[in-house]
Formats: sequence, structure tokens, C-alpha cells
Amino acid sequence: MSSKTLYDKLWQAHVVRTEEGGTALLYIDRHLVHEVTSPQAFEGLRMAGRKLWRPDSVVAVPDHNVPTTDRSAGITDPVAKLQVETLDNNCREFGLTEFTMSDIRQGIVHVIGPEQGATLPGMTVVCGDSHTSTHGAFGALAFGIGTSEVEHVLATQCLLQKKSKNMLVSVDGDVAEGITAKDIVLAIIGELGTAGGTGYAIEFGGDAIRALSIEGRMTVCNMAIEAGARAGMVGVDTTTVEYVKGRPYAPTGDTWDQAIAHWKELHSDTDAFFDKVIHIDAATIKPQVTWGTSPEMVVAVDELVPDPDDIADSVKADGMRKALAYMGLAAGTPVNEISLDKVFIGSCTNSRIEDLRAAAKIADGKKVADNIKLAMVVPGSGLVKQQAEKEGLDKIFIDAGFEWREPGCSMCLAMNADRLEPGERCASTSNRNFEGRQGQGGRTHLVSPAMAAAAAITGKFTNINDIQKGV
Amino acid sequence: MKSFTQHKGLVAPLDRPNVDTDAIIPKQFLKSIKRTGFGPNAFDDWRYLDEGGPDIDNANRRVNPDFVLNQPPYDKSTILLARENFGCGSSREHAVWALDDFGFRAVIAPSFADIFFNNSFKNGLLPIVLDAKIIEQLFQRVEADRGFELSIDLEAQTVTAGDNVYDFDIDDFLKNCLINGLDDIDLTLQHADLINAYEEKRKQQMPWLC
Repeated sequence: MSSKTLYDKLWQAHVVRTEEGGTALLYIDRHLVHEVTSPQAFEGLRMAGRKLWRPDSVVAVPDHNVPTTDRSAGITDPVAKLQVETLDNNCREFGLTEFTMSDIRQGIVHVIGPEQGATLPGMTVVCGDSHTSTHGAFGALAFGIGTSEVEHVLATQCLLQKKSKNMLVSVDGDVAEGITAKDIVLAIIGELGTAGGTGYAIEFGGDAIRALSIEGRMTVCNMAIEAGARAGMVGVDTTTVEYVKGRPYAPTGDTWDQAIAHWKELHSDTDAFFDKVIHIDAATIKPQVTWGTSPEMVVAVDELVPDPDDIADSVKADGMRKALAYMGLAAGTPVNEISLDKVFIGSCTNSRIEDLRAAAKIADGKKVADNIKLAMVVPGSGLVKQQAEKEGLDKIFIDAGFEWREPGCSMCLAMNADRLEPGERCASTSNRNFEGRQGQGGRTHLVSPAMAAAAAITGKFTNINDIQKGV
Repeated sequence: MKSFTQHKGLVAPLDRPNVDTDAIIPKQFLKSIKRTGFGPNAFDDWRYLDEGGPDIDNANRRVNPDFVLNQPPYDKSTILLARENFGCGSSREHAVWALDDFGFRAVIAPSFADIFFNNSFKNGLLPIVLDAKIIEQLFQRVEADRGFELSIDLEAQTVTAGDNVYDFDIDDFLKNCLINGLDDIDLTLQHADLINAYEEKRKQQMPWLC
């Protein structure tokens, strides 16, 4: 069989050796490292007296624990401070590139990798973070790993992996006005379920995916893991190549020409076999809002919170009841009547410049509603922040009553001071609405940046098309 | 790596689907730079009624009497019976460290999230996939008998409950590593020459990656 999927091609190009039973030793090109999942890995290396196999493959950055307020005084939480300092020390000791907290290039690991060109088409990219799937937007094989695997890659440049099955999710046709990558991926997860992609590598294709910018494709691939797939990816096209060109880590001169000739092959062959194919009609996708405690618990903004009594599967219905109880919602409530306490625009899903532009467009000239206690915008990196300020987006947000913060993971997982209090309800552009994710007892609704901005302005979920029409 | 051959132990039922790694070990405990000590905070948000943190003494916290692992004899259980998609969400290996530190040696569920599944093997925690119908039967048996125990034999690939013996599948390579407690970094470094050769070839073919 000569026809291959993109995933087949990426996989085969990185196999160093195959064990009996099919477990492969897979070569890793790029290893992104952050402060939370790496300290035990470095300690393991030290204890075993092992060296790093290829220090130049590593790019490190602190992001989960960093404060998003004034950083001149450093980190006040001593436990978080120790973890960030441990990363700094490990990078110094092992001779690794790190964008420290005071570096303009610091930011969320999945924002800065692509921004620097450290993520290139055809690479294998790993990081001790499940949202590493983001980098698949470049036609790369990118997936999250645990700390033992981080140590394994540091020591050997390889991982022991079993090949996943191939899935194609094709979003056919064009999306309606105002529908973003976030709405597309939430709709996909709603269709597939939170475990629908388990055991698969998902390739996203179809006209609606092709029409997305690289940043939009990153948003889609970022949430492949929320459908259970460790890796999500999109084939290389001119959009990919144009984005990479001229970035600090990108090849130049003759090597660039050589690279793009190779990258042009990084797409699935027309008759390649997929174990599973899902088609979604792009035109049917409306602005999405999650109502429960799993990303699959999602509906359109003009729909009602679903009723577990309508579900035949008793385990699923019971899960829905637990979710409704946690979220403090009654079945049958119209989503656009759900009132909010906080709004968070940021995270590795939605903190890039296009996300901030989309949110600013909605917020421009308006004011955050009185019932919103906090609306915050956290850019994905120092460079995104700088660009946004150049465009005056910071002023739009500040004038509207949003807080304009320093880059980091922030309230996506609330490891730093940015968090929900028990019972608080938040419109969030992040990727997980799990119980306690944004703070113990906090209630998270996942939405796009434009929808989050609209929620901040009206104080409840509102269809962005209504806002734009001035309804 | 910690080895796993056979284990007989008390089964605790955790009857909800999609138990995510944020639930298994909440984010505030990920600030630790160690691999140990997460057990007292496994399932922290469900286990305690007030909020915990790395610098908060659990002895002074209010325990949630409704949570299964707080109810004897399940506080001493060593096998966790769970529903589908167990361990979904983040890649944090802290979730496996917390289960291990609590005292669990195995988790039995109809399905696991991929990253959690891999992380388990690196720490000698055996994730066993059984058919959802069998899982349902096991939940019923646990409900009928709070002292319900299972015997797991990795070599034979069986879970035994009294007269019932259930077979489970496992990758041969992972099984071998787990039974023998092999260090997979050592295993990989035995192929250092192959890795070097791969890198040499890449330098010729794709110099921009090297």
C-alpha cells in the first residue's frame, strides 16, 4: 500500500527501530519544556548520572506558574517561585535555551514554539503538556507526554510509542459569518465525544479547515486532546509555509528551499486509508458554549441546556446530572440567559493576536457589564502583547473595563493567583471546563474569544451576530 | 521502574465517567518539584470539604464523608474500579503518582485516556481494560459486598473474582517491562548506535532539523 496519511508519513519518517509487537522507538525533533512537568525529569537524570542527548532540541519557558500582574517583584508564592527557579537552574546546568520570565519572548509554551519557528512542518514535537497537539497545525506530529517520558526524551531523544489509528475529521464547506476555529473544534468535540478520538491521531481537513489561518488551525489542533486524541494535525499548504518564513528558528537560504520542497509532501495522499472518517457540515456550526464539566457537553448559544432524562445511556445521564449539579444549572435553561461573574480571554487555545483582535472588535467602544466582577485578557506571549499594544488593542480592552495582563497560562488552570472563587461562573476561551479547573468550585463555560468579549459586555451569553448587528 | 506481577486487593468503586486528571490531583499540588507525597491529596476536591494546598495540613481539614475513598474499608483499597475514559485531560504524571502514593496498584476501567495509560506503566500502576458489561457486573458485586476483592495476574493476563476469571489484553512490550521492572531509558540507550545513525542520515536529508 503506497498511499499514506499525513500521520503515516510523519510516523514512518521518525521510526528508529521497531520492537516486537509494534512498539516503536520514535525520534523526537523538538522538545518543549516548562516548569511544572520537568523538575522530576531533570532530577531523574541527575540521580542516574545521565546526560542530555541533544540539548539544542530543547526550548524551555516558564508559563503555568508565572504571575500575570506586575512582575518587577518576582513571584510571591514561595512554592511557585521555587518551581520556576528550578527550571532556570536546570536550564543553566544542562545548557538549554530558556525564555525566562523577564524575556519579551516568554509566554505560553504552545504560543512561543510556533512564534519562534521552533515548531516546523515535518517535525515530531513533544512537551510535558497535553495541549502539545497544538503544533500539529504545522503538519507536525505533536503530542503531550508525562514526566517519565520527558526524562526519556531528554536522555535519549526518543520515545517508545505505539502507532495510533488514523482518523479524518473533515469540516466541509464554509462556516457562517462570525464562526471561529473555537466554534468549529467545540462542535467537533460535541460530535465525537470526549473519548471519541482516544487511540487515534486526528487529521483535520475540509474546506473550512483549509480556510483557517495557522492560528485558527492551532486552536483546532490544540483541542484534539479534548476529544481524546493525543495528536491533531493539518496538512501543509501555502498558509503554513508563509507563517513559518522568516521566523527566528526557521531555515534560511538554500536550506529553506530544500525544506519547502520537502514540506510540500506533508499531506495525506488522495486515496489514503483512514480507520475512521467524520464529516461535519461547516454551515451548520453556530457559536458554541459548553454547559457542563466536560468539553463534549456543548451546545449552540441559541439552544437550551440539555436534559439528562432524554438520554438512554444511564452512565452518561448520571454524568450529566452530576455536571448540572456542579454547574448550578437546570436542564432546559436557555444558554443565552446564563448570567456570568468573570470572563477570561487567554490560554494556549485562544491567546494569539488574531484572538485578541476578534475580542477587541466586539469590545471596541463598549463597557463590561456591571455584574462582571472581573474580565481579563492575558496575551499568549510577550511578543503577542507587544503587537497588540502596537495595534492599540490594549487601550480598547482597558477602556471597556477589561484588565490587561502579562503573558502566561493564568486562569486556564489557575496555578497562579488568577482563579475563580467557589460558585463563580466564567466565560473562558480556554480548553477545559472540568470541575475545579479554574479554581475549586468554579464554573467554566468554554467559548471563542469573540463570544467571551460579548459575554463580558452583556453580562450573559450572547450571540456575537446579535452584538455586531447592535441588537 | 516498579514491577508488577500479581496482586490481590480490595476494590473501591469510583462510579462516574470521564474522571479527569484535574480531579485526580488538582493543580495547586503540581507546584511540587518531587514525585512523592501526593497520596493525601488524591481526589482532593472530592475528598475534603474545604480547600487544600501544598502548605495546608490535611489533618486540620474537613473530610467529605460521602466520598467513597473516605469510607472504610475503601480508605485501604488497592484496586480502583472506574468508568470509561479514566484519566482524561492533562498529561500530569502527578495523577499517577497520587494514585500510587494513595496505595493503588491497579485501575480497572472500560477505557483510559492515552497519556494517563502510558504514564501508569512508567510507575508500576497497572491500567486494565475490561468490557463495559463486565465493569458493570463488577460494580454490582462491589455494591453487594463492601469487602469485595480481586486477584490480578499480569503474567496470565487475568482478573479473578471468585469463580469468575476475566482475561485482559496488554501490549507484550509493556507487559515485559512491567513484570521485570525494566528501566526503559536503559533499554533505549542499548540502541544508541541506531539513534546516532538516524541522526547522521537526517543531517544529510533534512539539515534544517539538525
